[in-house]
Amino acid sequence: MRPFVYQRAVDVAGAVAILAQAPQGMFLAGGTNLVDLMRLGVATPDVLVDVRRLTSDRIEDLPDGGLRIGAAVPNSELAADRRVRRRYPMLSQALLDGASGQLRNLATTGGNLLQRTRCVYFQNLTTPCNKRQPGSGCSALEGYNRELAVLGWSPACVATHPSDMAVAMVALDAVVRTQGPGGERAIPLTGLHRLPGDHPERDTVLEHGELITAVDLPSLGWATRSRYRKVRDRASYAFALVSVAAAVDVADGVVRDVRLALGGVAHKPWRASRAEAALRDAPATAERFGEAAEAELAAARPLAGNAFKVPLARNAIVRTLLDLTEEQQ
Amino acid sequence: MLRVDGTQHRLVVDSRTTLLDALRERLGVTSPKKGCDHGQCGACTVLLDGRRANSCLALAVAHQDADIVTAAGLGDSEELHPLQRAFITHDAFQCGYCTPGQICSAVGMLREVQAGWPSAVSGDLDVDVVVLDDQEIAERMSGNLCRCAAYANIVPAIREVARG
Repeated sequence: MRPFVYQRAVDVAGAVAILAQAPQGMFLAGGTNLVDLMRLGVATPDVLVDVRRLTSDRIEDLPDGGLRIGAAVPNSELAADRRVRRRYPMLSQALLDGASGQLRNLATTGGNLLQRTRCVYFQNLTTPCNKRQPGSGCSALEGYNRELAVLGWSPACVATHPSDMAVAMVALDAVVRTQGPGGERAIPLTGLHRLPGDHPERDTVLEHGELITAVDLPSLGWATRSRYRKVRDRASYAFALVSVAAAVDVADGVVRDVRLALGGVAHKPWRASRAEAALRDAPATAERFGEAAEAELAAARPLAGNAFKVPLARNAIVRTLLDLTEEQQ
Repeated sequence: MLRVDGTQHRLVVDSRTTLLDALRERLGVTSPKKGCDHGQCGACTVLLDGRRANSCLALAVAHQDADIVTAAGLGDSEELHPLQRAFITHDAFQCGYCTPGQICSAVGMLREVQAGWPSAVSGDLDVDVVVLDDQEIAERMSGNLCRCAAYANIVPAIREVARG
């Protein structure tokens, strides 16, 4: 591991100021991904600013009935929070489907959003990877790509974003609050993560030294009927091959409104807007659910090793929507 | 300053030192084991301020003043912790390398159950009392691998303690 200076700051502004002076510096929160990447030599910060005690570790009610989640709230506490379990069950499920009990106790809300891809080439210094070393090439494009993207990838990078939590939050129209050298801003989570394009080294639109301070979940009354379905190689403690976060509001057999997002298929948590548009005001039937899923997946370009993900995603969407709507009828 | 199994230790470490290495190599507390050193196997599990955590992914400098309990601090040779006794009774290990991590993890897990935390296999998320059946135990303990595959005895050992 490359030597680094460990620093604490008195507040968020102080932490931001330290990184403004340290172009190779990074923030440290739970460390469950960053410490591992440092040991592997993938992340090589010269300064680590510990922010775990600087941002809020509380979950507060917002006036509109939504929730504000402090960036330091552990994944385990967020999953167990009564309000989250009742108002946004798919978010609890997504968190509980991720990692292990030990890791969820360490991992934070902000850190979960900023975890890096688990593409094997990204984590292996001996192989080319444009995300790790821009311009070196993508080993996965024609290599081992079974777990990788089918949507939105570029010839430079076919990695997937590994978070489960982010998929549920993207479906819920979460807003990320940040503080950085340029002040505070609020970023819709759908716009936080980037598609790889020509710059896969940039996972998000955050500037250097910009710190996530909280995530706001807007009120969505009918999200009490929502579900996260994760398909993976093991029954527990594995990353998603495909996952679906869905909330649906059905009346008289017709979809009034719907929120749908996919995980394990792209460089970012994938909001399925095309499928949502196809579902609104449509009859809540398996046939229409399948058509909506196909509308979303029409843009899929599977790689040599992951063509199975397209029908898997289609069927996971249909099954999740059927489970939710059958409960309501 | 680290408080480990009830004893205060003052030490100076390189910033790169993980909590696991500080415990094992600097303080001689060897019950947390180094398995994968990537947070994947759970052999290094300790209780960090009362909650189970992978000590291989925690930097020692980031957990100054933390209260750390390892499997060695849960009981002593006179009076074993109930989970330690149950692991012996049920023959819940073969080589034993993962056992201290399994036991720390189980202690933390039972506290989570007591607090009413749901798991990925809990059908209804909004219940107050978790029914800790074998499926729940397996899911909640999935962060601890046993390469001898003693799971068939680990689950009954934990079940016995959970039911008192």
